[in-house]
Amino acid sequence: MKVSFPRMGYSHLAFRWLMEEVGLECIVPPEPNNETLDLGVRYSPEFACIPFKVLMGSYLQVAEMGADVIVTSGGCGPCRAGYYWVMHQKLLEEIGVKTKVIAFEDPMCGIWDFIRKLNLFRNAGGASIRHFVQAFKTAWEKVKAIDDMEILSYEVRPYEITKGDTSRALQLSLGLLDKAKDRKEVEEARQEGLKILKEVPQDINRDPLKVGIIGEIYVLLEPSINQYMQQMLGDMGVRAERSIYLSSYTRNNTFSQGEQDVRQAARPYLNETCIGGHGVNSIGETVLYARHGYDGVIQLAPFSCIPEIVARSILPRVSRDLDIPVLTFFLDEQTSRAGVETRLEAFIDLLEMRREKKRGIKSASLITLPTPRAKFDAAPKLVAADK
Amino acid sequence: MATIGIPRALAYYIYFPFWKTYFEELGHEVIESSPTTRDILDKGIKDTVSDACIPIKVFHGHVEDLKNKVDYIFVPRLVSMRKFGDFGTETMCPKFLGLPDMLAASINDLSPVMEARLDLKKGKSELFKVYSELGKRLGADFLLICRAFRRASKIQKDYEQLLQRGIMPDMAMQEVLAGSYKKAALAGREREGANQQARIPKSGLGQAGSPSGDNPCSLAVVGYPYAIYDPYINVGLISALDQAGVRVYTQDMLSHRQLKSQAFKLDKDMFWYFSNRVVQGALYYMDVKPVEGMIHITAFACGPDSIVDKFLEIEAKRRGLPYMAIMIDEHTGEAGMQTRMEAFLDMLEYRRKKRES
Ligand code: SF4
Ligand code: SF4
Repeated sequence: MKVSFPRMGYSHLAFRWLMEEVGLECIVPPEPNNETLDLGVRYSPEFACIPFKVLMGSYLQVAEMGADVIVTSGGCGPCRAGYYWVMHQKLLEEIGVKTKVIAFEDPMCGIWDFIRKLNLFRNAGGASIRHFVQAFKTAWEKVKAIDDMEILSYEVRPYEITKGDTSRALQLSLGLLDKAKDRKEVEEARQEGLKILKEVPQDINRDPLKVGIIGEIYVLLEPSINQYMQQMLGDMGVRAERSIYLSSYTRNNTFSQGEQDVRQAARPYLNETCIGGHGVNSIGETVLYARHGYDGVIQLAPFSCIPEIVARSILPRVSRDLDIPVLTFFLDEQTSRAGVETRLEAFIDLLEMRREKKRGIKSASLITLPTPRAKFDAAPKLVAADK
Repeated sequence: MATIGIPRALAYYIYFPFWKTYFEELGHEVIESSPTTRDILDKGIKDTVSDACIPIKVFHGHVEDLKNKVDYIFVPRLVSMRKFGDFGTETMCPKFLGLPDMLAASINDLSPVMEARLDLKKGKSELFKVYSELGKRLGADFLLICRAFRRASKIQKDYEQLLQRGIMPDMAMQEVLAGSYKKAALAGREREGANQQARIPKSGLGQAGSPSGDNPCSLAVVGYPYAIYDPYINVGLISALDQAGVRVYTQDMLSHRQLKSQAFKLDKDMFWYFSNRVVQGALYYMDVKPVEGMIHITAFACGPDSIVDKFLEIEAKRRGLPYMAIMIDEHTGEAGMQTRMEAFLDMLEYRRKKRES
């Protein structure tokens, strides 16, 4: 049985390893490219959101490569994502493709179905239960390690002296991680990888703008769909942080309620705990970014994305109240790198100007008003930035 | 006594009789916004992000229309209407869930908005709980609330029955609110009788065979209530069909039971209340009470409909049923709509002729 899965960012490394480890033949979907988009757009409903289209395209690609089964996640609403697999399956049937889509629904909603499906795969691969469970745990560690490395790379990039160093270091670290076979090795690879990233030559005198990226999970996680925005920002010398990573996403949704803070922060603006997708998060995280002194926020949303449209309608108010600029990109198959770049540059210029102005006011007050020292912790840095 | 404004948009078409009766019984005056016009739509467009769907824009327009005319604007947050779906998690479209917040963020000097969160999947008593809460906020005592609630529920039930008899919402509302339910029901029965005669035998369209003169073309028009019953945004499609002598069936003419009987045909229920009704209604007209064609009215960039529409298209194709999706947006023009409708009806006529010969 040849198995494939949806691709999201770098997580495919962990998934491929997992499948091979439990004895399944695995087909890794190619990174979404023009062909993927063309296929996806051709066979998807016009107003399907971009993740749907990209997945449709990549399912057709892996079907072509011989995949028998595609494993994906289900969901119970209120947004479309949980219904993707039903539609994908239906559309594949319509086109005459034999590949089956198997979805894991939330185990909270039906544990037996979940176990039954897991067992199906275990049997197909012939792994023992013990081994199967071990492999899962290791794969999970890998997912977390991948996220750790990616996060660090975004912290390092704006400081790198030679352009491209960070990306190379990240590839190197990911390569190390990919070779790890058990949890101990994963931990070692993680340490090693993080070290490699930290050793990238950096100019610590820079004072990059800080920008938070919020929005819908798929377009946040899959760089080829958001035109490598986070990297692009890094290259522009901006420290871009995003709020959602696969490990934290899965962690929050299946194991714990770490999202309380975000919801709490969103409440004054969006008084509903769940509107699907990451709509509530987008509001809450904007509030948190503003509170933590970020210079701006960028919202990434698929065109026609329901929760993000709700969020987008509310964000101007948040932005006004908390005085933080928000730039929204509605992404679809026509989004081009050049277009994104131009808008980003303009936004960054704006943020730069605002910061200058704010600092102007601040340093002026520094001279005239005797204020407790602690308040001006940022002052030494200011000087460094100006030269 | 206060004046309460109710926007004539979104859930209005299904729940207005309840709302109006309830508030009036509590001793308040209820004003609904005027029917959608270009002006209302334009105001709505101004208040919303361009990516919002037209029904949401229209809703904002109606709120603007009521602004400053009333003491409160009633904007319920409809979260779920029942416990349904594979996981019992059916909700309304996420835009309904965030509606009051969207309003608050985009319209500034708003008359106080009266909010009520309806999450009926929680249980049977939830509906009463929410409304009695609301009544209390309006200063009514418990007895009055009980009476108003009972009256409103009764009216609502009558209303839904009229809809199921095949009467269109505007008529049905008029009748129940004027208290002439009986008369309307009678008229409905007559109409139903007529339907009975005209009804195509269950065995399928192929044997319908009667001359087309007194056998009007039967057409299912499915879509969200606020899309099919607002004549402005669908540029008068329903009345145009009426004039063309077509018998129109909508999903709201089916009982909950009839609708639910179709649920098993889906691998997984949709997550949204109105979408489930549309899909199940459409399946009912495909399989149980056959019609000659189906029109799905859908809004530009509507999230749930990207799924619903494709689903219906595939199911109709598998059954060989003529199917047309009409997409409405702020630029939908009468001329274009008319042409498409005529072409579709011509095609149905042609099929009918071919079958007969
Ligand atoms: S959150 Fe947005 S992108 Fe995701 S399924 Fe819903 S509409 Fe589509
Ligand atoms: S169901 Fe569609 S038309 Fe209705 S509010 Fe949601 S997105 Fe808009």
